[in-house]
Amino acid sequence: MLTAQNITKTIGTKTILHNIDLHIKEGEFITVFGPNGAGKSTLLKILSLLMKPSTGTLTINGSSANQESSKTRSQIGVISHQSFLYDNLTAYENLEFYGRMYQVDNLRDRIYDVLKEVGLEYSLNDPVRNFSRGMLQRLAIARATLHQPAILFLDEPYTGLDQQAIDILNSVLRNLNIKDRTVFMITHNFEQGLDLSDRVLIIKKGRLAYEGAAPGLTPGQMKEIYLNTVGGLTP
Amino acid sequence: MNYLNQIRTLVWKDLTSELRTKEMLSSMLIFAFLTTVVFSFAFDPDSETVKKVFPGIIWVAFIFAGILGLNRSFLSEKSNDCIMGLMLCTTDRGIIYLGKMISNLIFMYIMEAVTLPILFVLFDYRLKGSLLYLILIVALGTWGFIAIGTFLSALAVNTRNSEILLPIILFPLIVPLLIAAVQATGVILGGGVWADWSNWLRILTAFAVIFTVVPWLLFDYLLEV
Repeated sequence: MLTAQNITKTIGTKTILHNIDLHIKEGEFITVFGPNGAGKSTLLKILSLLMKPSTGTLTINGSSANQESSKTRSQIGVISHQSFLYDNLTAYENLEFYGRMYQVDNLRDRIYDVLKEVGLEYSLNDPVRNFSRGMLQRLAIARATLHQPAILFLDEPYTGLDQQAIDILNSVLRNLNIKDRTVFMITHNFEQGLDLSDRVLIIKKGRLAYEGAAPGLTPGQMKEIYLNTVGGLTP
Repeated sequence: MNYLNQIRTLVWKDLTSELRTKEMLSSMLIFAFLTTVVFSFAFDPDSETVKKVFPGIIWVAFIFAGILGLNRSFLSEKSNDCIMGLMLCTTDRGIIYLGKMISNLIFMYIMEAVTLPILFVLFDYRLKGSLLYLILIVALGTWGFIAIGTFLSALAVNTRNSEILLPIILFPLIVPLLIAAVQATGVILGGGVWADWSNWLRILTAFAVIFTVVPWLLFDYLLEV
């Protein structure tokens, strides 16, 4: 599904990522932990083609990301703590805009489907600037899944969410898991991170410091592994 | 064909957003109007000197008002990290630049269509040449200005003092365009013949084409910065 080989990222004189090798199988759910500034978000940006690595190669579904980035991007969805939504447009207009940019077929039906999935079907004509943080994140989930990406990247998606939005996000992630979609998530929350995960990674100072299976791990055990690996405070 | 649809979608998004807020267009229109009024009070409209600098006054009003619009152009993309959303889309990233440039161009043309008649009225200026040629020069000059301005506004938007930085990096680059636009406008306003302004037209065309193609090709790299 996704293979990253020898990924290094240097900005100025600082090396953010050191020779990261990663192989993600189709349908796998990977959760990444690590302290602030460890390079987690940089790795996510590189894997989701938002940033180019300084060295190394990236292949998604057999396509080289460097050569066919436009085609490869159609298989990627990103949910960040920022919504990527336009405040002055309505929920429907935002999805219509992204749907047209992704050239989604049967766009109108698809918009209604994703809005229903995130429980915003009654707010489709409301301007996004009037949305609460939870509603914004739910609409961001709809935006990221609108074009039915094969792999979904989540960068601390639970930040600032109310319980309803957390439940909806979990339900969307569960559905994606059932549909064998690949998910790569960065989080600081051990409980939510382990819930659906197949594999966990810990990144420390730009290096892959731990890699292991998630099923069977309790949040307490994960915390212990984390502290032993990172050697400090919890994330 | 897909690229054309994506450019149209980007322009539709900017126009819809602007129609709701009127932030960019209203500030450009008010600024251009105030500049025009201040110039008309500062200079005696009957004086022969003013008739000679009238083309310069036109372009100063346009460029200054245009800078205001360009400063706001990428702010909407910065809010909520929308630029990241655009970068994820399945489009050539140069298309984002072209869409943004066309939106800015539309806003500029609207501002100019309102401001130009006001300038003629306040300075009591009678056009001796062809109105069509004047429109052609204004359209070409504006295209070149917006082409390079859109690119640099995307570059400046991530800096702390983007509103100051943009004019500082933009003005030196548009000097050849400004000279050509003012000279060509002056010749046409005075009723000059084609041969007198055709060279200026060539410079304006070359500037507009070069500064559309080069930023289009470089926009992917700029987004990485």
